[in-house]
Amino acid sequence: MGATVHVRPIVNGEARESEVESRLLLVHYLRDVLGLTGTNVGCDTSNCGACTVLLDGQAVKSCTVLAAQADGADVITIEGMATDGQLHPLQEAFREHHGLQCGYCTPGMIMAAADLLARNPNPSEEDVRHGLEGNLCRCTGYHNIVKAVMAAAGSSTATVGAERKEVTA
Amino acid sequence: MEATTETKTTGPYVGRTMRRKEDPRMITGLGTYVDDMVLPGMLYAAIVRSPEAHATITSIDKSAAEAREDVVAVFTGEDLAGDFEGPMAMVWAPPGVEIRTPEHWPLKRGEVKHVGDPVAVVVGTDRYSVVDAAEEVIVEYEPKPAVVDPEEALEDGTPLVWDQFGTNKTHEWGISGGDVDAAIAEADVVVEGRFVQQRTAGGAIEPRGAIGEPRGDSLTLHSSTQIPHIARFVLSGVIGVPEDKLRVIAPDVGGGFGSKLQVYPEEALVLALARRLGRPVKWTETRSENMMTTHHGRDQIAYVTLAAKRDGTVTGCRARIINDLGAYLQLLTPFIPELGFPVMGGAYRIGAINLQFTGVFTNKFCTDAIRGAGRPEGTYWIEMSMNRLAEKLEIDPVELRRRNFIGREEFPYTTPLGIIYDSGDYHGALDRLLERFDLDAFRREQAELRERGIYRGVGFSTYVEVCGLAPSRAVGPQGVGLQGAFWESALVRVHPSGSATVFTGASPHGQGHDTGFAQIAADRLGIDPENIDVVHGDTDQGPFGWGTYGSRTAAVGGEAVARAAEKVREKAKQICAALLEAAPEDIELVDGRFQVRGSPDRSMSMADIAGAAHIPPEELPTEIEPGLEETSFYDPENFTFPFGAHACVVDVDVETGKAQVVRYVAVDDCGPAINPMLIDGQIHGGVVHSIGQALYEQVVYDAQGQLVTGSLVDYAMPTAAECPSFETDRTETPSPVNSLGIKGVGEAGTIGATPAIVWAVLDALKPLGVTEIDMPLTPMRVFEAIQAARGDGGGAAAAREGGGS
Repeated sequence: MGATVHVRPIVNGEARESEVESRLLLVHYLRDVLGLTGTNVGCDTSNCGACTVLLDGQAVKSCTVLAAQADGADVITIEGMATDGQLHPLQEAFREHHGLQCGYCTPGMIMAAADLLARNPNPSEEDVRHGLEGNLCRCTGYHNIVKAVMAAAGSSTATVGAERKEVTA
Repeated sequence: MEATTETKTTGPYVGRTMRRKEDPRMITGLGTYVDDMVLPGMLYAAIVRSPEAHATITSIDKSAAEAREDVVAVFTGEDLAGDFEGPMAMVWAPPGVEIRTPEHWPLKRGEVKHVGDPVAVVVGTDRYSVVDAAEEVIVEYEPKPAVVDPEEALEDGTPLVWDQFGTNKTHEWGISGGDVDAAIAEADVVVEGRFVQQRTAGGAIEPRGAIGEPRGDSLTLHSSTQIPHIARFVLSGVIGVPEDKLRVIAPDVGGGFGSKLQVYPEEALVLALARRLGRPVKWTETRSENMMTTHHGRDQIAYVTLAAKRDGTVTGCRARIINDLGAYLQLLTPFIPELGFPVMGGAYRIGAINLQFTGVFTNKFCTDAIRGAGRPEGTYWIEMSMNRLAEKLEIDPVELRRRNFIGREEFPYTTPLGIIYDSGDYHGALDRLLERFDLDAFRREQAELRERGIYRGVGFSTYVEVCGLAPSRAVGPQGVGLQGAFWESALVRVHPSGSATVFTGASPHGQGHDTGFAQIAADRLGIDPENIDVVHGDTDQGPFGWGTYGSRTAAVGGEAVARAAEKVREKAKQICAALLEAAPEDIELVDGRFQVRGSPDRSMSMADIAGAAHIPPEELPTEIEPGLEETSFYDPENFTFPFGAHACVVDVDVETGKAQVVRYVAVDDCGPAINPMLIDGQIHGGVVHSIGQALYEQVVYDAQGQLVTGSLVDYAMPTAAECPSFETDRTETPSPVNSLGIKGVGEAGTIGATPAIVWAVLDALKPLGVTEIDMPLTPMRVFEAIQAARGDGGGAAAAREGGGS
């Protein structure tokens, strides 16, 4: 192992502390160190968005962020979206509207959608389509993903991020 | 954006929109894909790959890599030569046709034949350090000339991919029915065209992954595969382990689209490494590796001649098709183009058809099945040719199709190639499409928009596809020549307390068969689908099966589930009859209860019956065996032939060349629905796959055989912003082939859509004189076609020479 760095992020509301290789990507920290394998890797170039998580309330592609950059930050992954056994409205909507098939892009798609709705609680269809441009799906043709995000937008609890951060900080 | 999903909530479960059983784990991040798995003592592998398209390996120095602290071992092809009993498999041996098939070993010795060819593997304790070490393996190459263009490859004097064959031609295969020469000679009108289906990538968002795991004298492979049972069958031969000592597990698989219908060298490699090192070894593909060494699709050039009478009646179709197969022939590589042959006459009554396929070696990675696999190509040839014919005869393309449709009363319809279309109502699907898409109104709108400088066009496609793979004897060794069979299995087990597990030999990876199969079994068992679990993808659980591809799983695997469940139901009736003192033929299943006909008060639930089957009461005759499970192996008597009619509307920005799909209406007929919501989902995804091929995607190799599109930066898959909301509808023409009447839908959108999209662009550009652009219709190609048409009328030629994506 090369040079290491000490990181103390808050992941899904839980304070974590690790000594990691300084080049370790956030996605591999989440997956390999913390065992949170819901966040997936689909490319090496930040194109597919399967690895999208929220970092201090903002959607980031965790394959392009170092674990070191998450030191002291609040990280929310797909595993942190349900609260008290209640699915997040986006999770509910993806199931209700058949917004997933193989499920591989789904965690990243839901996290990107959460960020989109936090910034724009009442998006138009076009807003949703452009807002999800950074996330690829090969199964659904996006039709039902867009439908699911629009449906979740109608829900008052569809956002995570700023409010959520206060809870976990 | 409303689809036509019904909201039926009573009656049979089959036919209802039901939420998927698969979803709860996937929306919470609890899906288990290969790379999610960590096994005790697991090592990581990274592969050293050739940067050359064609070269001799002159030396490999692995000492620096071996010296690294985190590295356990480094192996070259020579090191592992004794670890493999046989080369990777290619399974097509058509009677009477020689297919030149080079040996294909998991690690290469001597020469490399494409960029990405594996030459060494590094195994170590950490995901990152093996990648570092792989970069320290020094391989020297002596480059050889690369063969890139498939048509040039066939010319005399071209460098050879494989010296021992003395040619770059892999094989020729043809099929013919009726007198095409006479049809062409006697035709009032003949249209000819050269059509290109470019090389594409599967694009599953999950790259491949494989873990080899040793356990005693057995080995387990965890792999992102569509075909776990075939993989075990093939790999047991490659690594020399009997099938009973090899288990293959496909956990959750993150999309396949045919790209995981393969037995890959890396699967054999991790097994050999696990056996050698006595520890689990994981290899996870990077996206760059995926673009290089996960099989590509399409890459065919067709020269098509269509003969017709003046009234538009098509009398003959001849096609010569050149297939760039790449350097090695993998599982089905040479067969995939030919798989399109059954539907190359489309939905039309064509008396004579002659098809000739030529396979070609090039220094590229192999092609093989990608969503549609031969049928999108065949459909593109015939649909584009029909459009050309319509133009030449000045007949509306919709009307031309109607004049040539096989009539609904003509089924089963035998084509000149001896293929029997099971059932169809092509007029019905087109009628439904035109109810939703007012063509006259569109033409008025189009004319108005053109006056304002907006170029909008429409394209139609009326496709037929062949699914339900397959009647084993027709496609097997003595038939088409595949060294396999294509029946499917199901085992239905009712547990003592009345819930059930269905084991299927199919191996779905996103299609939703856990839900659909539970619906099929539920109706036959009187058990709620919530209480039926569907297990697949594990060679140690359930009977042998042939996997999921070719839109076969519902029509073949689903029928096997129905048959196994019906056997269980018959046994349940026997038990019920014995306990209720009635005749078995008087027991009927009504609203989830087994009851004596006419006496609803005398009834039992499946739970009561299952309890008695497992813990037999005194009253149960000893002739009835205990237990409640049955197996079915279903081999279909024919293929199924889904069909549909699609309309695509495109706007083209003539200043930038950008084409945008603004409306898409799809009417598809895959027989009766199991779960309408899942059908719509398959159509949406299938059409977008085609939007990608038609407008954006192309795997590009340069003249030296270097892969130019090595990542998703360069290989442009459509995002949500490039796609419209879809309007979907269905007609339901049952197939007589299986008891469910179902035909299959997984590839329909992809098969039907490309000609509609491409023709919509050409229709939009018609006023500018553009008549031809090869896919993908990128802004650059469209722009160049417009410029060329404006300049010298040579739009077609210029577009063809235009750059890649």
